[in-house]
Amino acid sequence: MLDDFFIRALIAGIGVAIVAGPLGCLVIWRRLSYFGDTLSHSALLGITLAYSFSINISLSVFLISGIVAIILINLQKRTKLPGDALLGLLAHSTLAIGLVIIGFLSFIRFDLMGLLFGDILAVNIEDIFVIWLGGLSILGILFIIWKSLFAATVSYDLAAAEGMKPDRSNLIFTLLLAGVIAISIKMVGVLLITGLLLIPAAMARNISNNPQQMIILSILGGILSVVIGLFCSLEFNTASGPTIIVVALAFFILSLFPLKKSTSLQK
Amino acid sequence: MNSLIKLENAGVFKSSKWLVRGVSLEIYNGQIVTLIGPNGSGKTTTAKMVLNIYNTDEGLITNNANKIAYVPQKINIDWTLPLRVIDFMKITSLIDNSKILESLTLTGVEKLLYHEVRDLSGGEFQRVLIARAIAKKPDLLVLDEPVQGVDFNGEIALYKLIKNISDTLNCGILLISHDIHFVMSATDHVICLNGHICCSGTPSSVAKDPAYIKLFGEYTSSTLSLYEHHHDHSHQHDGSISE
Repeated sequence: MLDDFFIRALIAGIGVAIVAGPLGCLVIWRRLSYFGDTLSHSALLGITLAYSFSINISLSVFLISGIVAIILINLQKRTKLPGDALLGLLAHSTLAIGLVIIGFLSFIRFDLMGLLFGDILAVNIEDIFVIWLGGLSILGILFIIWKSLFAATVSYDLAAAEGMKPDRSNLIFTLLLAGVIAISIKMVGVLLITGLLLIPAAMARNISNNPQQMIILSILGGILSVVIGLFCSLEFNTASGPTIIVVALAFFILSLFPLKKSTSLQK
Repeated sequence: MNSLIKLENAGVFKSSKWLVRGVSLEIYNGQIVTLIGPNGSGKTTTAKMVLNIYNTDEGLITNNANKIAYVPQKINIDWTLPLRVIDFMKITSLIDNSKILESLTLTGVEKLLYHEVRDLSGGEFQRVLIARAIAKKPDLLVLDEPVQGVDFNGEIALYKLIKNISDTLNCGILLISHDIHFVMSATDHVICLNGHICCSGTPSSVAKDPAYIKLFGEYTSSTLSLYEHHHDHSHQHDGSISE
């Protein structure tokens, strides 16, 4: 039983998974999972602003997440608070501000569950365009800055010393992260986006021994999670976001045991 | 001849104090300049100024080096990053596999090419770091305690290799080292740091400098003169090995 909305959700979901793969790997390598969480929490504020001023949700989420990311980078330089405290501060205050604003916008009916956990029914043709065009631009920019970004991921000092301009690519990467959150917010929702970034990448880490391999496996894991997750969501009438994440988790658990042994034997 | 890098009265101010200030130095092709000094004297900070990792808060830096390679004092590669030695060798520039193998052979770790970096021992990783820097064929090579954690025989061989590289590539080398024998026998210019430049010059002149003796005490100074005596009677290249 395939409906139009389901085809749309599949196309959108696969687009998100392809972009989430490489960015998720970088998030894991750079220990940025809480950073991703903070950006996605702030996305709720972006959504409410989009409704308030009737602008595109993805655009508004990208702007707010981007601004939060830049505030965070500057706060880290200026205060003595540790990074995780700053992340918590920004994550929860932006989430709270978003929820307070929702309270004021009583004239709009919000599907709060949809915002927090994603809603496949909500994906329309415009969203598919945003996801694929946005996703391709994100991947294109990532490809251009890859060398510098990867060197900076391995060692900031080495990258800086050998002329790779790590500060610039770190900043661009942060904005790309805001971008991927912006395009996937409707699919997976505010609370679970980091999961879609992290879990396939974590699964891929268990079964790969070089960076390229980990990225490819994480893209494949993401696509499979989205496809199987959406089918399950349709079948069992569950929310799409959590179902996708549960499937991704199942892949992660699978990757922990038998595959690792067989790949290490091959090598 | 232009210097590869020139620092004039440079200093770095961080966390409301000067980490180092008033540093002037120049490095030319084929020259080995060493920084010595106690812990916290600003050796690594000075290296990072040369490498443009730190911005200087005073003073002037003129950089004419085209290709710089760096062996940092420490580097933490996150275990979540699956990185083999061969991937690590290519992180800042594309290098042929044959050249990678060649320089790994020079540092004695060619067998580790496909090993994951996080499985290496400290000494093995140090050898990989040096090999990576050599493979780049730099104009300017900055080595921050390059042989830490390397076994005794390996240490001697690696210092010999460093001397060799300076001769064959004709690159400038800035070295931070605690190995006073190597510093005194194989380097061209010694800078003794302690938050500022205490003294500098040729190894033999630094060894006699009262500021040096005050900083390092009688012991090193006497080992040094002992060593120098030996050095006077042997050939240049044997210096690093001795006995």
